[in-house]
Amino acid sequence: MARVTELDVNGARRRIDADSDRMLLSVLRDDLDLTGTKYGCGEGQCAACTVLIDGTPTKSCLTKVGSVAGKRIVTIEGLAPNGKLHPVQEAFLESDAMQCGWCTPGMILGAVALLERTPRPSEAEIVSGMNGHICRCGTYPRVVRAIQAAAKKGGRA
Amino acid sequence: MRRRDFFAVLGGGIVVLIADDSDAQETGGGQRRGMREPLPQNLSAWLHIGETGAVTVYTGKVEVGQNARTSLTQAVAEELRAPAASITMVMGDTDLTPFDMGTFGSQTTPQMWPVMRKAAAAAREMLVDLASQKWMVERASIQVANGKVTANGHSAGFGELTNGQKLTKTIPASLALTPATEWKVAGTSVPKVNGREIVTGAHKYAYDVKVPDMLYGKVLYPPSYGATLGSLDSSAAEAMAGVKVVHEGDFVGVTAPGPETAEKAVAALKAEWKPLTAEASSKDVFAYFKKTSRDGAADSSNLTAYTVAYIAHVPLEPRAAVAQWRDDKLTVWTGTQRPFGVRSELAGHFNMPEESVHVFMPDTGSGYGGKHNGEAAYEAARLSKAAGKPVKRNWTREEEMTWAYFRPGGLIEVGAKVNPDGTIAEWEFHNYNSGPSALQTPYDIPNKKEQFHQSKTPLRQGSYRGLAGTANHFVRESYMDELAESVKMDPLEFRLKNAKNERLRGVILAAADKFGWKNRKKTPGHGFGISAGFEKGSYVANCAEVSVVNGTVRVVRVVEAFECGAVVNPEHLRNQLEGAVAMGIGGAIFEHIDFAENKLVTNRLSRYRVPRFTDMPVIESVLLDRKDITPAGAGETPIMGVAPAIGNAIFDATGQRIRSLPMAPGRLGGASSVAPEAGE
Repeated sequence: MARVTELDVNGARRRIDADSDRMLLSVLRDDLDLTGTKYGCGEGQCAACTVLIDGTPTKSCLTKVGSVAGKRIVTIEGLAPNGKLHPVQEAFLESDAMQCGWCTPGMILGAVALLERTPRPSEAEIVSGMNGHICRCGTYPRVVRAIQAAAKKGGRA
Repeated sequence: MRRRDFFAVLGGGIVVLIADDSDAQETGGGQRRGMREPLPQNLSAWLHIGETGAVTVYTGKVEVGQNARTSLTQAVAEELRAPAASITMVMGDTDLTPFDMGTFGSQTTPQMWPVMRKAAAAAREMLVDLASQKWMVERASIQVANGKVTANGHSAGFGELTNGQKLTKTIPASLALTPATEWKVAGTSVPKVNGREIVTGAHKYAYDVKVPDMLYGKVLYPPSYGATLGSLDSSAAEAMAGVKVVHEGDFVGVTAPGPETAEKAVAALKAEWKPLTAEASSKDVFAYFKKTSRDGAADSSNLTAYTVAYIAHVPLEPRAAVAQWRDDKLTVWTGTQRPFGVRSELAGHFNMPEESVHVFMPDTGSGYGGKHNGEAAYEAARLSKAAGKPVKRNWTREEEMTWAYFRPGGLIEVGAKVNPDGTIAEWEFHNYNSGPSALQTPYDIPNKKEQFHQSKTPLRQGSYRGLAGTANHFVRESYMDELAESVKMDPLEFRLKNAKNERLRGVILAAADKFGWKNRKKTPGHGFGISAGFEKGSYVANCAEVSVVNGTVRVVRVVEAFECGAVVNPEHLRNQLEGAVAMGIGGAIFEHIDFAENKLVTNRLSRYRVPRFTDMPVIESVLLDRKDITPAGAGETPIMGVAPAIGNAIFDATGQRIRSLPMAPGRLGGASSVAPEAGE
C-alpha cells in the first residue's frame, strides 16, 4: 500500500510513515502528537477536527493523509507562532467563548478561515459559516461575539 | 499521603489541612511542628505555600468545563490576598488530593468553595504569625495584600516567610470568612485560568494522553444490549503483527501498536452473539414504566399524562483512558467526574487495595452528569494487564452514544384542583422512572401528593445535568399553564398568585420584566411562554418567544433570570446560563433516543441531532446577586425551565399543548427539521 513519508505541518516538514489511506486526524494526533486537533464524531458532523489545508478549513477525520501530502497543513498549534496569539484566539479568550474547550481549536480554525474569506461577516454569515461546528456546552452566542470582535480588530494574523 | 510525605513531595513551606466539619475530634486548631501526628481523616482540601511563594491547592473536585478551576482559584485568592495567577489548583488526582465523592449535584460551590476560603484564610493567618515573629511586630500592624506581607516598613513575599519552615496546621472547616459585601476577587469576572492552554491546543485532555511504549486498545461490543457471546474466532486478528487478543468471558478486546491496526484487528474478530429478548422499545417504553413500577401505579383517571424521552449527554470528548501497570500498582488517566469513584471501581475489579490504584483526571471535555463511571478506564486497565504494556483506550462517538448511559425517560402524570380565584387547592404528581429531583412544587398548595415510582429501564440510565429536575419542571410548569388557561388567568399572574417564596417571586418578576411580558404583542405564528422553578439552592425563571411555521418550531428569544445567592463569577455564571439554555433547547425540541430490539438507532451524531448555531435564539440573562445568601451551584438549575417556557410559548402560538419531550419534530403535524447540512 502507498505510504506517505512527509507532511508540511505548521510550516515545518515532518517525517512520518503512514498508509496513505489513514485519516489525517489520527496521523496528526497519534504520530505527530499534535493533539490540539480533536476527535468528536468521526463522521464530519461536529468539526472539532478542523484543520486548514492550503487555507481551506477541512475535517481531518474524513481526510486521507494521502490526499494532503505536499499541501500546507495548519493545526491549532501553528496558529500562534512564537507564542503570540492570533486575533481570533485573543477574541475567544476575551469573549469567554468556551467552557470545556474541546470544540475550541476547531472553532478557532473555522473562524480564522471564515474571516479570511469574509473579513467583515454579518451575524447571519457567521452563523451559517460556523454551523458545521458543534459546541455541546452551548457557547454559540459567545463564539459569534468573539468572531465579530476579531473581525473588528482586523481578524487576520 | 502522610504528613511527612507532604514535604517530601512539596518541599518546605506551610501546609494547611482542612478537616471536614463532620470530623469533630480532628478539628483542634493550633500550629504543629513535627511529623509524627497522623493526618486527620476526612480531609476535604489542603493548601501549600512553598519556599518560592508558589501557592498550590489540592482538591478532589474536577474541571469539566464548568469553570470550577477558576472559581476555586478565586476563593483562595480572595482570602489569601494573593493574585489569582500565583495560585495553582491540583484537581482530581487520587494520589495527591484528598478524597472527594465527585463533581456532581452542583456541589462544588456550596461545599468546596467555602473550604478553599477557609484554607486560604488559615494560611494567611499563619503568614501573619510568621511575620509577627520574624519582625517582632504586633499582628494587628501586619497587612497581607497582593501576595505580600507588610508591616512598619517591613515587606516580604510569602516565600521569604515560609523559607526554612515546615509547618502544618489543621483547622476546623467552620471558620469565619470575609462577607460577600467585602469581596475583592470573588464576585468578579476573573477569566478562565487555563484559557490560553485551550485556545492554543496545548491542554492535554484524557483523550490526548500518551505514555512511552503505549499500545492502542479496542473492544468488541455485542450487536445489541444484553447479548452474550456464543463463540469467537480470533485467529485472523491474532495473525496480525503486534496484535494481542484478550478474551475473558463476554469481554473481548485487542491491543495493537497503532490505532489503525487495533481497528483492523477488532474488525477481524468473528463472534457469534446470543441476543436477549427485548422488553420495550422507545415506542412503548412509557407504558412499560408504569407496568413495571415497583410500588404499583396510581389511579390515573383524573390525571394528565406527559412523557419524557431518553436523551444522550454527548460530551464532545468521549470517554478515554490510558492505563499503566507497574508492579502491582495501577495508574490511570481518564476523564471522569468521579476520580475516586473510578479508583474504587478499579480496585474492586482487580481485587486490590485502593491505595494501589492511582487515578488522574485531566480537565475533561465536558460531562453534564454523563461521566460518573470508569468504563474506559476499566477496559484500558484490563487490556494493559493482559498485554503487559500501557494501553490507551479512546471511545469512538458511536461507543460513547451506545455504551455510556442515558438521561432516563419518564412517564409523569399530574392533576390539580383550582379555586375560582386562581389558587391551587390540590396537587397530585406521579413520576415513573425519570427521577425524584425537583419533584416537589415550589408553589404554595395546601394539599399535595407527589411521588416518584421506580420502574425497570430497558436502557442503561444515570445522571444528567439537573437529573429529573428538567422532566419534573417541564411537566409542572406546562401544567401550571394548563391550569391558568382553565381559569382564564395570565400565566404570569397565575404563578404569582400561587408563589409565596420571595426568592421564587424575585426571579419570576425579573424574567418577566426583562422580557417585557406585560407588553408582549401576539403576531400570527408567534407565541410567548413563561416558567419558573427551584432546585439545589437556586431559583430560575424563563420567558421564551417562539415562532412556529409549518410545524417547525424556532426559538426566537429566551430570557433567563437566575438567583443562586452571592454570585462568584458573573461572566462565568452568564456563560453557564447561556449554555444551559442552548442545551435545554435540544432536549426541549428535538433530542431523543430511538431504540428497538435492544439496539440503538440514534447511535451517531448524523442520527442524533444536538443544538447548533442556527438553533440559537437571542439569549439574555438576568443575574440576581444576593450577597446576603451563601452561594449555591449553577451548573444544573439553569436548564430546568427552558423546555416548559418553550412548550408554553408553542401553546400560545398554536393552541396545541404538547405533553412530550421532545416537543417536535412531528408532533405539530408539519415537516420536521433535520440536522442542518454541516458546513465546512
